[in-house]
Amino acid sequence: MSKPRKKVYMSAGYNTISLGTGRKEFHPKKPRPGLEHYIKEAGQGVLGRIGGAKNVDESVIGNFMAARFNKQANLPGFVPMIDPGLMWKPACSVEGACASGALALMAGIKSVLADTADVVLAIGVEVQNTVKAIYGADILAGAGWFQDRKNGHAYYFPGKFSDRAGAYFEKYGRDLTRKAFARWYRNAVENARLCPTAQEFHNTTKDLEGLALTEPNPKVFCEHLNVFDCSKVSDAGSGIAILSEEGLEKCGIDKKDAVEIIAWGQTEYDLTKEPEDLTVLETTKRAAREALFSAGITKEKLGFVETHDCFTIAGILATEAIGFAEKGKGAQFVQEGNTARDGIIPFNTTGGLIGWGHPTGGTGVHQAVTVWEQLTSKAGEAQIKLSEEKPYGLSINMGGDDKTVVAIVYEKGK
Amino acid sequence: MNYEERMQNVTVLGAAGKMGSGILLLTAVEMADLGLQPENKGRTFTVNAMDVSSEALSGLMEYVRAQARRIAEKKTVLLRKMYEDRKDLIENFDVIDQYIFEVMQKIRPTTRLETAYESGLIFEAVSENPDLKVKILSDIEKNNKNAPWYFTNTSSIPIHYLDEQAGLQGRILGFHFYNPPAVQKLVELIVTDKTDKEAVEFAHNYAKKLRKTIVPSNDFAGFIGNGHFMRDALHAISEVERLSKDMPMVQAIYILNRITQDFLVRPMGIFQLIDYVGIDVCQYIMQVMNPHVPDEDLYSSLLDKMISLGIRGGQNPDGSQKDGFLQYEKGRPSGVYDIEKQKYVPISDFKEKADDFIKEPPDSLPPWKSVIRQADKETVLEKGFKDLAGMDTQGAKLALEYGRRSKEIAKKLVAYNVAQDEKDVNTVLLTGFYHAYGPINDYFD
Repeated sequence: MSKPRKKVYMSAGYNTISLGTGRKEFHPKKPRPGLEHYIKEAGQGVLGRIGGAKNVDESVIGNFMAARFNKQANLPGFVPMIDPGLMWKPACSVEGACASGALALMAGIKSVLADTADVVLAIGVEVQNTVKAIYGADILAGAGWFQDRKNGHAYYFPGKFSDRAGAYFEKYGRDLTRKAFARWYRNAVENARLCPTAQEFHNTTKDLEGLALTEPNPKVFCEHLNVFDCSKVSDAGSGIAILSEEGLEKCGIDKKDAVEIIAWGQTEYDLTKEPEDLTVLETTKRAAREALFSAGITKEKLGFVETHDCFTIAGILATEAIGFAEKGKGAQFVQEGNTARDGIIPFNTTGGLIGWGHPTGGTGVHQAVTVWEQLTSKAGEAQIKLSEEKPYGLSINMGGDDKTVVAIVYEKGK
Repeated sequence: MNYEERMQNVTVLGAAGKMGSGILLLTAVEMADLGLQPENKGRTFTVNAMDVSSEALSGLMEYVRAQARRIAEKKTVLLRKMYEDRKDLIENFDVIDQYIFEVMQKIRPTTRLETAYESGLIFEAVSENPDLKVKILSDIEKNNKNAPWYFTNTSSIPIHYLDEQAGLQGRILGFHFYNPPAVQKLVELIVTDKTDKEAVEFAHNYAKKLRKTIVPSNDFAGFIGNGHFMRDALHAISEVERLSKDMPMVQAIYILNRITQDFLVRPMGIFQLIDYVGIDVCQYIMQVMNPHVPDEDLYSSLLDKMISLGIRGGQNPDGSQKDGFLQYEKGRPSGVYDIEKQKYVPISDFKEKADDFIKEPPDSLPPWKSVIRQADKETVLEKGFKDLAGMDTQGAKLALEYGRRSKEIAKKLVAYNVAQDEKDVNTVLLTGFYHAYGPINDYFD
């Protein structure tokens, strides 16, 4: 039962830029802003749109691995740093690997539903470029079961999804699937070029699909994936306000500038177990099904989807998990352009994790900000056309290899 | 003695130098890899890092540690397999640290030459001074009972000369790495009639394990690499002297540097390359080569003058470029040394005039950086150089002459039996000097 007993809204979203390779400002050897900067910028960005810190009842930060990337824990302590008006107010942080952002949203939603808060400031943040990718792979592997780390690939998660890609190749054919990966990459970068905060915003490559078809090199990376199949290593923060109707009133926000949380699905799989079928994202499938069922809608009512494409294969499998493509037909569905911004169902309208960036613990909040921007016509150049027949947006945020998943259905406030 | 046994006790002479440090690193890494093979369990591998400077040895260990980390980071996928049985090594962090430890563990830094008396293989990378090399090699030969092999990194001294002078009985060969050894793929292998065949076979194996490309060069002073470079440099200097009759020398140096880089599509201009190698090193190599090349005079009074004024080029310990013929700002040429005024003149003072003299290369000739990335670079170069040949400018004229002279030098290396064939000369320039094309070509005919 996930249908909210009262109306819950989100508004006042804010994204910092996603900093990392691809951005012109990024220099691996030069000093960069730290965790504090992103929390502050994202937090202040939201506060500026909700009438200031005085309107906030409590705050929640979604973060995955600051304890290792930045040697920093106790993140709630950074909340009053955003604005002195947040001092002495409740704050907490939540963790569920790359789904930490959506868990922060869920924590905020539940506070509003519990009538303990009318306005919750939710922030998602990760600063990952503090270490080289080979060490970042260790840190991110924390989203898997540590007892499995020794047997895993040097690049643990790319290895996991490479195995999924390999299984999919074997079952449904390699050529078409690799072409679908390339199409997914192209869509991601083309959408990111329309969003000034995206990590691939400056990308000028002409033949994106050709580039993405580079053969994987298992000697230095994975057997079935290349770097273009992977999401970005990112430093970024996102913030959004979660509000009750009273909260909207208190902050002076018109409902048409907010999105309503219609329903959600939140599912968990046993971290110590391998997936039963590598070609299925079962946990994602159940979360999406639950969200749509609770919302009382079918997938045909969705105007667009923001999904967790940590790897191209995850994007393909998500089209099947939500039900847009039959099992084994996701590659073809994507390759035919159905998930492009002018396709049947646009996916990841500002680039997703591959194009916009993947600040792991922050991604769930970034997705919510993108959905809010699209549904309230604030997406600028990246704005997609929405019709009255398809008024809903869906976000899917995944932690680990399909272990912790949150799917949320949104509609423009009315 | 098989490969592994030969590798058990190695000495690198001049280990803290520019070339020695790279050879040491590669050897220690190879030893670490050997040590991880199951069949080598219980076998120890040791490389003595011998250098006269204790201070430099301390810096050397820092260098090796940093480089070993970079190497380990690049091959972590493989290392995880190699350490499959080590249950305590779980994360990449653990695996990489262990590997660095094992590389460092192979190295024994020392200032004592006596450590080489126990070795079966000796890499010699001391200063390019024939007398010094002979003295050290003969000292070891007298005291080492293992009949060791000597791999010298000389870039100019004939191997038979060292062999005869030090009394090594054919247990020496030239194993000439390019700078920096850890990065450059090329090794020139120089053997004489007397060179031990087993040593040659080992040299090929060792190069293969290090993933180096071997180009055989015959035993003539300078071999292929310097045989081309020194004559190429002397041609540039003589062109500068010719042009200087009608223009300031700084301008002529700037022009030849630009012609070689932008018109001939090379990674850097000829004077920048001389600075990179070191003006003093170039002078020294010419001095070493000159007595062995009877029909030519490999000598430049300009180099002597520069050195007498204390202008030497070369690199700072951190790898940054020292000023030489050119002055550098953030690694880019910003000025040219005026030998009369004894100071650097900013390029901006005469750039416009000099550029107007040579005009621009054709638009169809892209810069080196872009050419080497293109799959079909031959077609690009063919078109670009054809357009260049059709231009009636001083720049085009100088470039075409330069290209022809470079080919002539290369051909001569084959004719005089320094190189076994034209392909080898081209390989050396392509891999050792990173040229986009070999000097033996039809572009400038």
